[in-house]
Amino acid sequence: MSLVDVAGARKRFGEVVAVDGVDLTVEPGEVVGLLGANGAGKTTLMRLILGLLPPSGGTIRLFGEPPSRRTRARLGYVPQGLGLYEDLTVAENLVFAADAFGARAPERLDPTLEAVRGDLVAELPLGLRRRVAFAAVLAHHPELLVLDEPTSGVDPLGRARLWETVREAAVTGAGVLVSTHFMSEAEQCDRLVVMAAGRVVAVGGMAEIVGDATAVEVRPQRWAEAFAALDRAGLPAALVGRRLRVPDADPRQVGAVLEAAGVAADVRAVPATFEETFVALSGGGEPGAPASDHAGVA
Amino acid sequence: MSGYGVTDLRVRYGSREAVDGVSFSVPGHTIAALVGGDGAGKTSVLRVLAGAIAPAGGTVRRPDEHRIGYMPAGEAVYRDLTVDENLAFSARAYGVRGPEAARRADELLERTGLGAARSRLGGQLSGGMRQKLALAMALLHQPELLVLDEPTTGIDPVSRAQLWRLIAGAAAAGAAVVVATCYVDEAERAATVVVLSDGQVLLEGSPEEVVARTPGVVVASAARLDPERSWLRGTRWRTWSPDGTVPPGATRAELDLEDAVIVAELERLPQGTGEVAA
Repeated sequence: MSLVDVAGARKRFGEVVAVDGVDLTVEPGEVVGLLGANGAGKTTLMRLILGLLPPSGGTIRLFGEPPSRRTRARLGYVPQGLGLYEDLTVAENLVFAADAFGARAPERLDPTLEAVRGDLVAELPLGLRRRVAFAAVLAHHPELLVLDEPTSGVDPLGRARLWETVREAAVTGAGVLVSTHFMSEAEQCDRLVVMAAGRVVAVGGMAEIVGDATAVEVRPQRWAEAFAALDRAGLPAALVGRRLRVPDADPRQVGAVLEAAGVAADVRAVPATFEETFVALSGGGEPGAPASDHAGVA
Repeated sequence: MSGYGVTDLRVRYGSREAVDGVSFSVPGHTIAALVGGDGAGKTSVLRVLAGAIAPAGGTVRRPDEHRIGYMPAGEAVYRDLTVDENLAFSARAYGVRGPEAARRADELLERTGLGAARSRLGGQLSGGMRQKLALAMALLHQPELLVLDEPTTGIDPVSRAQLWRLIAGAAAAGAAVVVATCYVDEAERAATVVVLSDGQVLLEGSPEEVVARTPGVVVASAARLDPERSWLRGTRWRTWSPDGTVPPGATRAELDLEDAVIVAELERLPQGTGEVAA
């Protein structure tokens, strides 16, 4: 049985269909990443799965039944705001969270958390707060973890340590659903689900989703001139160090534009990155593209 | 040092040393990324560069105030003003007048895709739109030094691509840009990376230089090889081997900036601190 089984889910707010026929499953032991631009329907889908919103159509099953107070007790949710009491100590937060789920607060904390057991959460740096939030959520051994941008604001080593905790939960059979905007988080997932305009537009591993998509890499002598020339020609280039990348473009066209502008550069097609592919799936990233920035929908 | 920047910068809040001897330089036409977690000192460095706070020590190289564009972290637009009014406010604050102010506002609105939202209130914009408006406000007067505090935090990759295109455009036009981020993959867009940790510079250089200077080797394996020197990348483990040996069952990994920063952080840890998730 899947931990999460969403089939044909729809959610309508007045005229706006925020989630439009979405299928999604999370199996035990699996880390699934949910990606989407603002307004893609990601947040609404998360709220449907958490049971915070009723669907307008389709079915949502958690542990084989509709979301309810009972299913809520079997999952652990870490929102972006972490959901900790800042005016309570680390230990008090852990006891409070455990009590709410009828569990016992963990007796053994990792040494880093043990050292701040009596500190107020408000006084801790964000990286430590995130660890407290993880420890609070894991105390009742949830079968499903739902994490919203779990490692933003944390340095790379701290981020790696948080992911180890997530992986550990997955190895012992929990399913994990992670909503994120960041590629270094997406990279940690077994499977990615990409949403755009309320629908699922891609599913799979990073390499699978990128497929054989390409970008044009430009190695110019003077990047600023190359950037300006491409910009004038309506070829949006991204700067990477002192090189430029033009997603989903024709190297001959890029070469011709640079030559016409008198800019010397080495131009070639290279495999697209996951982020480039994601932006293309989300509506191209052109100013005013329809899939981005529907204020207030998600 | 050429360009704008700081030398041996110190910032203190009461008895707390937030920045402790940071130096870096950003010439025109260049983007430098300040990378670090929450509390690393990024915001303090940027506030000094923008002239918002005075340092406790060190020297600061920056242009006249009206040649600086500063986008603070978080709420940088007026929620009860419209998009147009926010830009007009910024134009007045930076002394851009008349047709030039209108021309720049039009250009930036087109480039940010905010043209259709001109009369919407700041408070009615999505997070991504607000960040784009805040960046447009900092860019309006074509500053020589652009100081951006986590401009892409909390926004999606589509808006992020647009923001970075604007930032690159400002650098292409000659600006020196300093941009803070907590994401290392994002810093790879910059020509220079300055990694901060606990108010000090952990690593500095181009992404390629920083990666090349990593001591020892980093290996990849299916299982964790060391309680402290191993970390997860996806479903595979990476392990730092300071003496360059490749343990049995592991292969040499191709390093990226993320690995280089993790190694630098590990190198800084006192041995046996048990920095391992329990």
